[in-house]
Amino acid sequence: MNLPNDLFQFSALLAAVVLLAIPLGGYLAKVYQGERTWLSPFLVPCENFCYRLCGVDQNDDMSWQRYALAMVLFNLVLFLLLVAMLLIQPLLPLNPQKLPGLSWPLALNTAVSFVTNTNWQNYSGESTLGYFSQMVGLTVHNFVSAASGMAIAVAVIRGFVRRSSAFIGNFWVDLTRSVLYVLLPLSLVAALFLVSQGVIQNFSAYKTVPLVQATTTEKPQLDAQGNPLLDRAGKPLTDKVTVRQATIPMGPVASQEAIKELGTNGGGFFNANSAHPFENPTPLANFVEVLLILLIPAALTRTFGVMVGNPRQGWALLGVMLFLFVLALGVLHWQELASTPLLKQLGVVGGNLEGKELRFGLAGTDMFEVATTATSCGAVTAMHDSFTPLGGLVPLSLILLGEIVFGGVGSGLYTMLAFAVIAVFVSGLMIGRTPEYLGKKIEVREMWMAIVTILIAGIVVLILSGIAIITPAAVASMANPGAHGLTEVLYAFASMANNNGSAFAGLNGNTNFYNLLGALAMLIGRYAPAVAMLAMAGGLAAKKYVPPSLGTLPTDKFPFAFWLTLVILIVGALTFFPALALGPIVEHLAMVGGN
Amino acid sequence: MKELKPAMLMCLLFTLLCGGLYPALVTGLGQALFPHQAGGSLLTAANGQTVGSALIGQPFTAPGYLWPRPSATADFSYNPMASGGSNLGPTNPALLTAVKERIGVLRATGVSGPIPADLVLASASGLDPHLSPAAARLQIPRIAKARGLSEEMVANLVTSHTEGRQLGLLGAPRVNVLAVNLALDTISR
Repeated sequence: MNLPNDLFQFSALLAAVVLLAIPLGGYLAKVYQGERTWLSPFLVPCENFCYRLCGVDQNDDMSWQRYALAMVLFNLVLFLLLVAMLLIQPLLPLNPQKLPGLSWPLALNTAVSFVTNTNWQNYSGESTLGYFSQMVGLTVHNFVSAASGMAIAVAVIRGFVRRSSAFIGNFWVDLTRSVLYVLLPLSLVAALFLVSQGVIQNFSAYKTVPLVQATTTEKPQLDAQGNPLLDRAGKPLTDKVTVRQATIPMGPVASQEAIKELGTNGGGFFNANSAHPFENPTPLANFVEVLLILLIPAALTRTFGVMVGNPRQGWALLGVMLFLFVLALGVLHWQELASTPLLKQLGVVGGNLEGKELRFGLAGTDMFEVATTATSCGAVTAMHDSFTPLGGLVPLSLILLGEIVFGGVGSGLYTMLAFAVIAVFVSGLMIGRTPEYLGKKIEVREMWMAIVTILIAGIVVLILSGIAIITPAAVASMANPGAHGLTEVLYAFASMANNNGSAFAGLNGNTNFYNLLGALAMLIGRYAPAVAMLAMAGGLAAKKYVPPSLGTLPTDKFPFAFWLTLVILIVGALTFFPALALGPIVEHLAMVGGN
Repeated sequence: MKELKPAMLMCLLFTLLCGGLYPALVTGLGQALFPHQAGGSLLTAANGQTVGSALIGQPFTAPGYLWPRPSATADFSYNPMASGGSNLGPTNPALLTAVKERIGVLRATGVSGPIPADLVLASASGLDPHLSPAAARLQIPRIAKARGLSEEMVANLVTSHTEGRQLGLLGAPRVNVLAVNLALDTISR
C-alpha cells in the first residue's frame, strides 16, 4: 500500500466535491426560486406540461401543514403502488427468470425502505426481483424519495428566508423541479458514463456460461421435509457435486446505479451492491460513484447560503461536514491499513481485505464507505461486518450522528439545520445572548422541533435494539459471536432509523421481527424529522426579521462552526457511548488483549 | 384532501418518466455507444462460444491455473447468482480457521514468506475478477511446473495481463485471473 498515493486520492475527491458543489448549489438556488437557467428553454415547457396534467397551480403557495400533507400523501400512494407491484411480480412483464412474488412482510419492508430513501434490503436482487420491479418500482422510488428530501430542505430554507409569511412554497413544484432540473439530467449523464466503464444495461435473460475449469462443491443432503441430514457425530451429511457452468445475471443496472448514488438511496441491483463488478467495475467508476453520493448534499449547503443571502452561512455548515468527514476517513483508513493482530500473526500482509474488492484498493474502498455512511446512501463496496472493530465503529458512528455529515439528499441539510438551531440556543444560554439564527428568534417551538428531529432516531435505535437482544428469534439472526453480534443488531436499527440502508450484513434480516420492526424504525426515522422541520419552517416563516445587533452571535464564522462540531459530537457521544462501548469498543479491547 | 389528486397523478407521471422513459433512454444510448460493456463485457473463445465475463471471476483449483481470491458465495465459489461476502467479523474464530486452512494449502505448494492478504481473504462480491500482482507472482512456479512451461513464460503472461492504477492514480494494480487462465490454455493444454 502506498500512503502518499492514498492521501492524493482523498484530496482529489474532496477538491472535486467542493469545486462541483459551488456551481451546482448556485444552480439549485436558481431552480427553486424559479429563475432562468441554461436548461430552462427546454425544461420550462416540460414543467408546465406536468403541472397541467396533474392539476397543479404553480403559484399556489402552501402552509406548512398543506406542504407536509402533500408530501405524506404522495409518499403513501407510491408506497402502496410498490407493495402491490412486489406482491404480484409473476404477473408483470420483463421477468425473464420467472421470479415469484415476495412474501407480504418482505414486500412491506422493501416498499417502506425505498419510499423512505433508506434502501435497507432483506433480499438479494439477482434472485428475487424481475426487471420490471427493479425499474418501474425501485428506480422510480430512487428518484422521488430523493426529490421529496430536496423539496423539504428547500421549504425549510424558505422558513428562514421569508418574513411574516404564512407559506413555505408548493410541494408539487419543488418536487417536479428536483426531478426535471437536477436528478434526471445528472443521472442520464452519470448512467452513460458508468456503462462506458462496464456497468451493464440490458433486458437480456441471464447468461449461462461453461466454467473454464469445472469445480466441485459439497451439497448438504436433505430429507423429505428439506431439513439437512446429520451423521452420528452431528455433522451435516454432504454429497460431492461437480459444477460445470455458471449463470451470470443481467439487467438494466446502470440506470438504477446512477440515481442510487446521486439520490443517496443505496439499494443495490445485486446482493453485493456496489461491490458487484457489474455495478462498480473500475476504480474510476468507484471514484465517480463516491462523487455522485456527496454531490447534492454538499451543493445544498451552497444553495442554503445563496438563498439566505449570505454564502458564508453555507460555508460554515460545509466546513463542519468536511471536518467530520476527514476525521472519519482518517480513522477508518488507519484501522483497515493496520489490519488485525490476529491476521498479522499468521503472516498475512497488505491490510484487512476480507469483504473488500481488490480493484478499488483500500483508499477507494474506504472513501466509498465513509461517503456512503456520512450521507444516508448506504450503498457499499465492502462488507462492513468484516471491518476491524474500530474500523466498523466509523460507519456506525457516522450513521448514529444522525446523517448530518453531508447527510441524505435534502435530509442532511435540514437535520444539520436542526443541530445549528440547538447550537445557537445552547450558546445563547451560555453567554446570555438572545438565541437568533439568520435573523429569526429561536424560541420554544423551534427547540421542540429541533429536539424531535435530532433525538427521535436515536431513541428508536436504542429501544428497538434493546427489544432485539431480549428476543430469542432476533438474537438467532446474528451471524457472528459475542460483542460483534450486538454490533450487528445495533447497526441494523441505526441504519434503518437513520434511513441509511447499509448493514453488518451477516445479520439475517429477512425474518418477521426485522422486517416489521425495521419498517417501523424507517417510517419514524424519515417522517418524524421531516414533519417536525416543516413545522419549524412554518413557524419561522411567520416570524419577523430581527436585524443583527451587538448581542447577536455570528453564525457564519469559524467559532460557530467549531461550536457546532462540538455540539454534534457531544450529543452523539452522550446518546450512544454506552451502546458502542458494549459493541465495537469491547471487541477491539478483547482483540488487542489477546482474548 | 385537495392534494390526493395531484399525489396520484404525480405518482403515475414520475413512474412513466423515471421508470419507463429514463431507463429506456439509457438502454438505447448505452447499447448504441458501448454495446460490449452494456452487454456484460462477455468474453468469446476462438470457436465463438461465450466463456464468461471479463468482470466476473471464476473458480480455479487445478495447479496449472492461476488461483483467484477465496469466495464466500453460496452453493459454490464464484456463483454469480449469489454475490456477497463472508460477513465474518474480524475476531470470529471461523474466519481465522478458514485463513489458516487457506495458508496451509498455499504452503503445501511451496509458497514461503509473507502471504498477500487478497490470496487468503474473501472478497466483498465473491466474484472479484482480480488478484494483486504479488499474489499472482507467488503462484508462477506452481503453474510453470504443472504445465511444463518456463517460469519466465508464465511471468511474462501475468505481466501482460496486469493493469496499473487507473489514470495513474485511482485504485490498485491488479491482474485479471480469468484472462490469464484463458491465455494459459491457448499456449498449453
